[in-house]
Amino acid sequence: MGTFHQGKSELHGITVVVDTTGQEIFIGRCDDETGEGIILHDVDMHRDGEGGRSKEEYVKRAAMVGTWKKHDALLIPKERIASVRKLGEL
Amino acid sequence: MPYSPLLVRPMREELTSAGVKELLTAQDVDAFMAEKNGTAMLVINSVCGCAAGMARPGVRLALQHDRRPDRVATVFAGQDLEATARARGYFPDIPPSSPSIAFLKDGELVGFIPRHRIESRSADALAGDMVALFNEHCKVPAG
Repeated sequence: MGTFHQGKSELHGITVVVDTTGQEIFIGRCDDETGEGIILHDVDMHRDGEGGRSKEEYVKRAAMVGTWKKHDALLIPKERIASVRKLGEL
Repeated sequence: MPYSPLLVRPMREELTSAGVKELLTAQDVDAFMAEKNGTAMLVINSVCGCAAGMARPGVRLALQHDRRPDRVATVFAGQDLEATARARGYFPDIPPSSPSIAFLKDGELVGFIPRHRIESRSADALAGDMVALFNEHCKVPAG
Protein backbone atom coordinates (compact mmCIF):
# COMPACT_ATOMS: atom_id res chain seq x y z
CA MET A 1 0.00 0.00 0.00
CA GLY A 2 1.48 3.33 -0.94
CA THR A 3 1.18 6.78 0.50
CA PHE A 4 -1.97 8.87 0.28
CA HIS A 5 -0.07 12.13 0.43
CA GLN A 6 0.79 13.31 -3.03
CA GLY A 7 1.91 16.75 -4.14
CA LYS A 8 3.89 17.48 -0.98
CA SER A 9 7.61 17.94 -0.47
CA GLU A 10 9.89 14.92 -0.44
CA LEU A 11 10.19 15.19 3.34
CA HIS A 12 6.45 14.74 3.76
CA GLY A 13 5.73 12.19 6.47
CA ILE A 14 9.33 12.10 7.68
CA THR A 15 10.29 13.00 11.23
CA VAL A 16 12.80 15.83 11.01
CA VAL A 17 14.98 17.87 13.33
CA VAL A 18 14.71 21.55 12.50
CA ASP A 19 17.47 23.56 14.16
CA THR A 20 17.09 27.30 14.22
CA THR A 21 19.50 30.18 14.27
CA GLY A 22 18.26 30.88 17.81
CA GLN A 23 17.84 28.91 21.03
CA GLU A 24 15.06 26.65 19.80
CA ILE A 25 15.21 23.31 18.08
CA PHE A 26 12.12 21.47 16.83
CA ILE A 27 11.36 17.83 16.09
CA GLY A 28 8.21 16.89 14.24
CA ARG A 29 6.76 15.11 11.26
CA CYS A 30 7.20 17.19 8.16
CA ASP A 31 3.94 17.98 6.43
CA ASP A 32 5.32 20.22 3.71
CA GLU A 33 7.96 22.74 2.79
CA THR A 34 6.68 25.98 1.33
CA GLY A 35 8.08 29.35 0.41
CA GLU A 36 7.31 30.45 3.95
CA GLY A 37 9.11 27.65 5.77
CA ILE A 38 8.54 24.12 6.95
CA ILE A 39 5.25 22.87 8.37
CA LEU A 40 5.60 20.27 11.12
CA HIS A 41 2.98 18.08 12.77
CA ASP A 42 3.14 16.56 16.28
CA VAL A 43 5.96 18.87 17.24
CA ASP A 44 8.29 18.90 20.24
CA MET A 45 10.44 21.94 20.95
CA HIS A 46 13.54 22.31 23.08
CA ARG A 47 15.52 25.38 24.09
CA ASP A 48 19.27 25.06 24.30
CA GLY A 49 20.21 24.33 27.92
CA GLU A 50 16.63 23.71 29.04
CA GLY A 51 16.56 21.02 31.73
CA GLY A 52 20.35 21.01 31.65
CA ARG A 53 20.40 19.60 28.13
CA SER A 54 22.03 21.10 25.09
CA LYS A 55 20.38 20.91 21.71
CA GLU A 56 22.58 17.97 20.74
CA GLU A 57 21.86 16.08 23.96
CA TYR A 58 18.17 16.57 23.34
CA VAL A 59 18.47 15.28 19.77
CA LYS A 60 20.54 12.29 20.89
CA ARG A 61 17.81 11.21 23.31
CA ALA A 62 15.07 11.83 20.74
CA ALA A 63 16.90 9.69 18.19
CA MET A 64 16.63 6.71 20.54
CA VAL A 65 12.96 6.75 21.50
CA GLY A 66 11.24 9.70 19.81
CA THR A 67 9.60 12.76 21.29
CA TRP A 68 6.47 13.80 23.16
CA LYS A 69 4.52 16.30 21.13
CA LYS A 70 3.92 19.77 22.54
CA HIS A 71 2.16 21.22 19.49
CA ASP A 72 -0.18 19.68 16.94
CA ALA A 73 1.30 21.76 14.12
CA LEU A 74 3.79 24.58 13.66
CA LEU A 75 5.22 26.57 10.79
CA ILE A 76 8.93 27.25 11.26
CA PRO A 77 9.69 30.37 9.21
CA LYS A 78 12.34 29.92 6.54
CA GLU A 79 14.49 32.78 7.85
CA ARG A 80 14.82 31.07 11.25
CA ILE A 81 15.91 27.68 9.92
CA ALA A 82 19.58 26.74 10.28
CA SER A 83 19.30 23.09 9.26
CA VAL A 84 16.81 20.30 8.59
CA ARG A 85 17.88 16.71 9.26
CA LYS A 86 16.02 13.41 9.31
CA LEU A 87 15.79 12.11 12.88
CA GLY A 88 16.04 8.54 11.64
CA GLU A 89 19.49 9.24 10.21
CA LEU A 90 20.94 10.63 13.45
CA MET B 1 -11.40 9.93 12.65
CA PRO B 2 -10.81 6.31 11.61
CA TYR B 3 -10.59 5.52 7.91
CA SER B 4 -13.13 3.31 6.22
CA PRO B 5 -12.84 -0.33 7.33
CA LEU B 6 -12.79 -1.32 3.68
CA LEU B 7 -9.77 0.87 3.07
CA VAL B 8 -7.75 -0.50 5.94
CA ARG B 9 -8.70 -4.14 5.54
CA PRO B 10 -5.77 -4.90 3.18
CA MET B 11 -3.43 -3.23 5.67
CA ARG B 12 -4.72 -5.49 8.42
CA GLU B 13 -4.55 -8.56 6.22
CA GLU B 14 -0.98 -7.82 5.19
CA LEU B 15 -0.04 -8.71 8.76
CA THR B 16 -2.69 -11.24 9.74
CA SER B 17 -1.96 -13.32 6.64
CA ALA B 18 1.60 -13.64 7.97
CA GLY B 19 0.32 -15.09 11.23
CA VAL B 20 0.19 -11.87 13.24
CA LYS B 21 -2.65 -11.90 15.75
CA GLU B 22 -4.88 -8.86 15.67
CA LEU B 23 -5.75 -7.30 19.04
CA LEU B 24 -9.00 -5.40 18.61
CA THR B 25 -9.93 -4.56 22.19
CA ALA B 26 -8.23 -3.53 25.41
CA GLN B 27 -9.05 -6.97 26.77
CA ASP B 28 -7.23 -8.57 23.84
CA VAL B 29 -4.18 -6.44 24.64
CA ASP B 30 -4.29 -7.28 28.33
CA ALA B 31 -4.50 -10.98 27.52
CA PHE B 32 -1.53 -10.72 25.15
CA MET B 33 0.57 -8.78 27.64
CA ALA B 34 -0.40 -11.05 30.53
CA GLU B 35 1.63 -13.87 29.02
CA LYS B 36 5.10 -13.18 30.36
CA ASN B 37 7.04 -16.24 29.29
CA GLY B 38 9.18 -16.14 26.18
CA THR B 39 9.43 -13.53 23.47
CA ALA B 40 6.73 -11.38 21.95
CA MET B 41 6.52 -8.68 19.32
CA LEU B 42 3.78 -6.08 19.11
CA VAL B 43 3.38 -4.13 15.89
CA ILE B 44 1.58 -0.79 16.05
CA ASN B 45 0.12 -0.71 12.56
CA SER B 46 -0.79 2.53 10.82
CA VAL B 47 -2.55 3.78 7.72
CA CYS B 48 0.21 6.23 6.90
CA GLY B 49 1.91 5.00 3.75
CA CYS B 50 4.98 7.15 4.40
CA ALA B 51 6.23 4.67 6.97
CA ALA B 52 3.73 1.84 7.40
CA GLY B 53 4.00 1.04 3.72
CA MET B 54 7.44 -0.39 4.48
CA ALA B 55 6.74 -1.53 8.03
CA ARG B 56 4.29 -4.24 7.08
CA PRO B 57 6.45 -5.86 4.38
CA GLY B 58 9.38 -5.57 6.78
CA VAL B 59 7.48 -7.50 9.44
CA ARG B 60 6.48 -10.16 6.93
CA LEU B 61 10.08 -10.58 5.82
CA ALA B 62 11.41 -10.74 9.37
CA LEU B 63 8.91 -13.42 10.33
CA GLN B 64 10.41 -15.71 7.69
CA HIS B 65 13.60 -15.88 9.77
CA ASP B 66 14.23 -19.18 11.56
CA ARG B 67 14.49 -17.48 14.95
CA ARG B 68 11.40 -15.44 15.65
CA PRO B 69 9.25 -14.38 18.60
CA ASP B 70 7.01 -16.87 20.30
CA ARG B 71 4.04 -14.57 19.87
CA VAL B 72 3.39 -11.70 17.43
CA ALA B 73 0.42 -9.38 17.59
CA THR B 74 -0.73 -6.05 16.23
CA VAL B 75 -2.95 -3.13 17.12
CA PHE B 76 -4.06 -0.60 14.53
CA ALA B 77 -3.40 3.03 15.48
CA GLY B 78 -6.13 5.42 14.42
CA GLN B 79 -8.53 2.50 13.92
CA ASP B 80 -8.72 0.38 17.03
CA LEU B 81 -8.38 3.29 19.40
CA GLU B 82 -9.04 1.52 22.69
CA ALA B 83 -6.68 -1.34 21.94
CA THR B 84 -3.93 1.02 20.79
CA ALA B 85 -4.25 3.22 23.86
CA ARG B 86 -4.09 0.19 26.10
CA ALA B 87 -1.03 -1.15 24.29
CA ARG B 88 0.76 2.19 24.60
CA GLY B 89 -0.09 2.22 28.27
CA TYR B 90 2.25 -0.72 28.77
CA PHE B 91 5.18 1.43 27.59
CA PRO B 92 4.64 4.70 29.46
CA ASP B 93 8.20 5.95 28.93
CA ILE B 94 8.07 5.55 25.16
CA PRO B 95 6.55 8.44 23.19
CA PRO B 96 3.70 7.14 21.04
CA SER B 97 4.38 6.77 17.35
CA SER B 98 2.94 4.71 14.55
CA PRO B 99 3.94 2.57 12.93
CA SER B 100 6.27 1.24 15.58
CA ILE B 101 7.34 -2.13 16.90
CA ALA B 102 7.86 -3.28 20.47
CA PHE B 103 9.81 -6.37 21.36
CA LEU B 104 9.42 -8.08 24.73
CA LYS B 105 11.21 -10.87 26.50
CA ASP B 106 9.66 -12.45 29.58
CA GLY B 107 7.31 -9.50 29.80
CA GLU B 108 10.06 -6.84 29.69
CA LEU B 109 10.52 -4.40 26.85
CA VAL B 110 13.93 -5.19 25.34
CA GLY B 111 13.65 -3.44 22.00
CA PHE B 112 11.62 -0.72 20.38
CA ILE B 113 11.63 0.55 16.81
CA PRO B 114 9.93 3.94 16.69
CA ARG B 115 8.39 5.43 13.58
CA HIS B 116 11.39 7.58 12.74
CA ARG B 117 13.53 4.43 12.49
CA ILE B 118 11.08 3.05 9.92
CA GLU B 119 10.59 6.10 7.71
CA SER B 120 12.57 6.19 4.48
CA ARG B 121 13.87 2.67 4.93
CA SER B 122 13.37 -0.39 2.83
CA ALA B 123 11.46 -3.44 4.01
CA ASP B 124 14.74 -5.38 3.86
CA ALA B 125 16.55 -2.89 6.08
CA LEU B 126 13.73 -2.83 8.60
CA ALA B 127 13.51 -6.62 8.60
CA GLY B 128 17.24 -6.64 9.32
CA ASP B 129 16.67 -4.60 12.48
CA MET B 130 14.00 -7.02 13.64
CA VAL B 131 16.07 -10.07 12.81
CA ALA B 132 18.92 -8.63 14.88
CA LEU B 133 16.54 -8.52 17.84
CA PHE B 134 15.31 -12.05 17.09
CA ASN B 135 18.88 -13.36 16.96
CA GLU B 136 19.68 -11.70 20.27
CA HIS B 137 16.59 -12.77 22.18
CA CYS B 138 14.76 -15.65 20.49
CA LYS B 139 15.54 -19.31 20.92
CA VAL B 140 16.98 -21.39 18.12
CA PRO B 141 14.08 -23.46 16.83
CA ALA B 142 14.14 -27.10 17.85
CA GLY B 143 15.68 -29.28 15.16
